[in-house]
Amino acid sequence: RKIIFEKQWFYLDNAIGHIYGTTFEVTSGGSLQPKQEVEEATTETKEAGTDNRNIVDDGKSQKLTHDDIKALKDKGIKGQEIVQQLIENSTTFRDKTEFAQDKYIKKKKKKYEAVITIVKPSTRILSTMYYAREPGKINHLRYDTLAQMLTLGNIRAGNKMIVMETCAGLVLGAVMERMGGYGTIIQMYPGGGPVRAATSCFGFPKHFLDNLHEFPLSKVESLLSGTFSTEVLPSEPEGNTLVEEESNGLSNEKQVTEEEPATEASMEVNQTEEQETMDTSTEDVEFKENKEKEMKENVREKQRKQWERRKKLIETAALLREKNSDGLIVASKFHPTPLLLSLLEFVAPSRPFVVYCQYKEPLLECYTRLRERGGVVNLKLSETWLRNYQVLPDRSHPKLTMSGGGGYLLSGITVVLDKSRSDSSHSEALKMEEPSSKRCKVQDLHC
Amino acid sequence: MSFVEYGDTIKDGDTAIVFLGHESMFPVKVQHGTVTQTKYGVIRHSTDLIGKKYGSKVTCSKGGWVFILHPTPELWTMNLPHRTQILYSTDISIITMMLELKPGSIVCESGTGSGSLSHAVIRTVAPTGHLYTVEFHQQRAEKAREEFREHGVEHLVTVTNQDVCKNGFGVSNIADAVFLDIPSPWEAIGHAKSALKAEGGRICSFSPCIEQVQRTCLAMEECGFTEINTLEILLRVYNVRTISLQIPDLGKATEDNSSTGFDSSNPSNQGSLSTNLQKGSAQFKSGVPLREMVGHTGYLTFATKS
Repeated sequence: RKIIFEKQWFYLDNAIGHIYGTTFEVTSGGSLQPKQEVEEATTETKEAGTDNRNIVDDGKSQKLTHDDIKALKDKGIKGQEIVQQLIENSTTFRDKTEFAQDKYIKKKKKKYEAVITIVKPSTRILSTMYYAREPGKINHLRYDTLAQMLTLGNIRAGNKMIVMETCAGLVLGAVMERMGGYGTIIQMYPGGGPVRAATSCFGFPKHFLDNLHEFPLSKVESLLSGTFSTEVLPSEPEGNTLVEEESNGLSNEKQVTEEEPATEASMEVNQTEEQETMDTSTEDVEFKENKEKEMKENVREKQRKQWERRKKLIETAALLREKNSDGLIVASKFHPTPLLLSLLEFVAPSRPFVVYCQYKEPLLECYTRLRERGGVVNLKLSETWLRNYQVLPDRSHPKLTMSGGGGYLLSGITVVLDKSRSDSSHSEALKMEEPSSKRCKVQDLHC
Repeated sequence: MSFVEYGDTIKDGDTAIVFLGHESMFPVKVQHGTVTQTKYGVIRHSTDLIGKKYGSKVTCSKGGWVFILHPTPELWTMNLPHRTQILYSTDISIITMMLELKPGSIVCESGTGSGSLSHAVIRTVAPTGHLYTVEFHQQRAEKAREEFREHGVEHLVTVTNQDVCKNGFGVSNIADAVFLDIPSPWEAIGHAKSALKAEGGRICSFSPCIEQVQRTCLAMEECGFTEINTLEILLRVYNVRTISLQIPDLGKATEDNSSTGFDSSNPSNQGSLSTNLQKGSAQFKSGVPLREMVGHTGYLTFATKS
């Protein structure tokens, strides 16, 4: 299979069998070869300048033309050699300062040395990747914000978690990684089925899926009001999402669906064999009978699958109805308030919950509604500020660009909900929002 | 209760968190016959705590009430007795993710300090992982051991009293991750490398000063670590407030009542302002940042052993 990535293309075949973390060189023809450890030529005192006052950028300092370089590449000359050639053919190289020379070499190496490293997936790698390349798919959830969610939510082995996300399954995967296959996860989903595209990238062992459940948001109200039934199931979407869901190995289901075409084929083979030993009239009748049998099998299969889904749905509904979940994580494109107000009902008291939103304003509203509802303490609206640094001798400083925003978090802890809230406690909640600092101090006591 | 598992009811011997209000809470060791003083009065453990559900409201003798919360490493971090400067959950979160900690991970840490990060790590690596933590101060090492015992996690952690720069972590080639929060981390990089597993192990060093970071990065490079990356993370908290701003009196135009300024009687004024203009002020909801925020804790440097 050909992989195309950042102007490089190669085949992964040679990588199989090597340990994770191995670095490969892409050779001509796209095959991967393990890179030999090359001793970096220790810096002999190279010729270098002191500053750039006399260096003029006229675009003419490199004597090799675009065609020259292409010719070198076509000859199969190694990237290292090309870089060396570029240095030798640059009129200004030796006038640059040592730092500028280093920077130049690094830049050329990146361009001409085709080196890749294959690493094992993890939340760290996938979340930084998604944020850098496809932030729209994850509602611009920056990786450090995700890190905060996992910790604030006390995500750990053995919990019973409710996860509601529309981040391609990245948040779900992160939660699953931190739970290590222990405990239970119920993923709430909008529409026809949960999206787990990113989740499959984690490479979890199959048993992690044993305790992963899903439940449609469209049934939440009925579950809360006690009118839940499985009469109308959310319509299954055709295509990828469901295939991924099923291909995650929900045991026999997958094998049965894959065997379907196989059994059909084998049945057809049997038919032709049988046909050869029979006369024409009985052939036709038998053919028709077999076709009917096939159709009946298909219908039975569909019914079986429907029944399986219904059964799972009832099981998951029962899990939710216990109202003893150990936490709630929300990270979606939807307005957080209705999600929180309903999903918190399924969470036990004295458990943390965390809501992510790309924007601050919906969380302001959420905060207010939660205060009115009661049953939560330690509410905190926050965001994190992240800065990367370049650390080199005499050249340490923060990097040139940083993320402008990574989203906001609203976190808190549930407490026993006092259903018999009197008017006084309600006005207390409202009073707490007044700007007068003095009043806040007094009301602060019972946040 | 346990720091690595939720329990529903408060039991004798538990560590519970008494929550009085916004940013006001403290840990308490639940014991039969004991009494805890709060500004709302007295809490009698035997009658008010033991047997009650976590998350319950408890009324104290003077009439005020508190909530009793199940402990978590995050609540512990906010309330533990400081023996040293500690790491807070913001840094702990990114450390946990960048070191790829999860159930089953083997982690080495030095210095143990007040055990803030230790509790968080133990929670994440449970039930099958282990934390080897090294502390060169004898009393702190002993206090840490005591706390881990009280919190029911001693089977997941080993505290060693030695100098990591001289004698390392006491284990070799098994750690998935190493964390250093010591004055001279560059002196421990070599030991960190030998404690880490052969391939793919992660290391993190936390230092307040950039000079320390520079030295540490150099040492990491010399030891053959790759993917060296330094960052810092800060928390910004917002208070949710309804703000009321006065509408200035710009006077009226001469003669008739129609004016070009904000006029409460003008029906064409759109939006929420119009409803409040009768009062002469405008109300809106805002997330107001705190007056002061933490500007620096330390630089975090991560790398991979390859």
